[in-house]
Amino acid sequence: MILKQLSVFVENKLGKLVDVVEALGQEGIDIRALSIADTSDFGILRVIVSGPDDVAALLREQGYIVRLTNVLAVSLPDAPGSLAKVLRALSDENINVEYTYAFVSHNEDKAYVVIKVENNEHAMQVLAKHGVLLADEEDIYK
Amino acid sequence: MENYYQPDMECAPYEQLRAIQGARLKENVRHAYDIPFYKDLLDKNGVKPEDIRSVDDLHKLPFITKDNLRDAYPYGLLGVPLSEAVRIQSTSGTTGRRVVAFYTQADIDLWDECCARAIIAAGGTKDDVVHVSYGYGLFTGGPGLNGGSHKVGSLTLPMSSGNTARQIQFMTDLRSTILCCTPSYAAYLAESIHEAGLIDQIALKAGIFGAEAWSEEMRRDIESKLRIKAYDIYGLTEISGPGVSFECSEQTGMHINEDHFLSEIIDPQTGRQLPYGEKGELVLTCISKKAFPLLRYRTRDICVLTRNKCSCGRTLVKMSRLMGRTDDMLIIRGVNVFPSQIETVIINCGFEANYQIIVDRVNYTDSLDVHIEMTPDMFSDEVRDIEKTEKEVVDKLRSMLGLTAKVTLVAPKSITRSEGKAVRIIDKRKI
Repeated sequence: MILKQLSVFVENKLGKLVDVVEALGQEGIDIRALSIADTSDFGILRVIVSGPDDVAALLREQGYIVRLTNVLAVSLPDAPGSLAKVLRALSDENINVEYTYAFVSHNEDKAYVVIKVENNEHAMQVLAKHGVLLADEEDIYK
Repeated sequence: MENYYQPDMECAPYEQLRAIQGARLKENVRHAYDIPFYKDLLDKNGVKPEDIRSVDDLHKLPFITKDNLRDAYPYGLLGVPLSEAVRIQSTSGTTGRRVVAFYTQADIDLWDECCARAIIAAGGTKDDVVHVSYGYGLFTGGPGLNGGSHKVGSLTLPMSSGNTARQIQFMTDLRSTILCCTPSYAAYLAESIHEAGLIDQIALKAGIFGAEAWSEEMRRDIESKLRIKAYDIYGLTEISGPGVSFECSEQTGMHINEDHFLSEIIDPQTGRQLPYGEKGELVLTCISKKAFPLLRYRTRDICVLTRNKCSCGRTLVKMSRLMGRTDDMLIIRGVNVFPSQIETVIINCGFEANYQIIVDRVNYTDSLDVHIEMTPDMFSDEVRDIEKTEKEVVDKLRSMLGLTAKVTLVAPKSITRSEGKAVRIIDKRKI
């Protein structure tokens, strides 16, 4: 499925990351997946949470800069080589993966990853052709 | 033994100097009155050229400011037919803020002579090798000292700024004896020379450092590191360039070449002339230059004038080192920077005017940091997009100011606001 990911601008300074994560914790928001891209002066915190629109509004109220981005959530067998297979399929179709990161999984046989590409529709067709399953709501928010 | 380039002028008895100044002032006011700008200005203020008969009448003339010069861009203050002008120089700044100054050959000659006086006061002779590391081009630093060095007859190395390794190589290979650059670059060169272990191969004996404010501590530090005597020099493009004033062996302030430039200190609020010894804004009047004859130009530089007997024998009035500005202009690595220029770039790049300019001096080199608050519109969830935006700001600042700034994007509302107003400029330099 296509998920709304929250991206938050965070200064690369002591205590800035914990401030955001704490804000989420205090509101009882469970972080399902997370990744950070950083440079020497700033970072982009990317998180998957349930109710992303509400969480975005909440963070904005607290002065954060937040952007919602559509990303793909893919379900894979939790076995060596399965992520490679997905990425190879996309690569063969000239689809550039801008970034990818893994979910916390409660399922022993399944792994879930977020994949950010330019064109979600195209990527979904390619993945479907190769029998790659998209994660469903239950996989992600349970 | 003190040497002079033009002892008749540099050591003229005061009365004789006053007479020369009066005659030249009278003549240049008449000359300027032929320029529609001055005719309008004097008429509006009810001043006739014949009212100005001696230096005592100087206060009757209205002031002119940088705004006047900008409004007059490009030819509004040109005092001679274009066919008589041989050169322009220009101040650093944006297109909007640029000032273009014109020179006849005679104007260039007297400018060069002023710089020659500075070189000779620093102990220069025709046997010296003058290493000019000021920028060349529209900036007056390079061309001014270059011209002065030619007048003295020294071997001139037109190095221009930058490329420190090449500077040091020429300095050692060609045995440079007098270094001309900004004090911060001199300090940087000194560090680099020591790091390279080449201090014993340096033949420098003196340095002429200007285009930015520096402290006595910095002077002593440069002097001990480079094993030289370091002299201050002052000038501005509008008036001519470096050499409006220069330091002598006494190193207690700069003698103004007042056979060409009249100086006054005024109260910047009231415009009233202040007596010698009092601190205020320096106002300069060109009494010899023809192509760009500025009358009572407010420099915005704050200093003190003194007219005491100097041990060097010169009778020229002395100005103290610069003590600040009456506007918000910053001088960073010798470049004039107005915060409004930086703001323009920030807004043109798509950010809001929530920024902070932090100037510091680390190892005697000025640094310029610009912090800009991130906005929702400028945010992307990809690092490379944000880095591209940052780079755009850096590039545009570089092309506008000629300086490389370090740009940091910061969180919204993170810039200190005192009484609701953001603190825009933090100058940490101790000058």
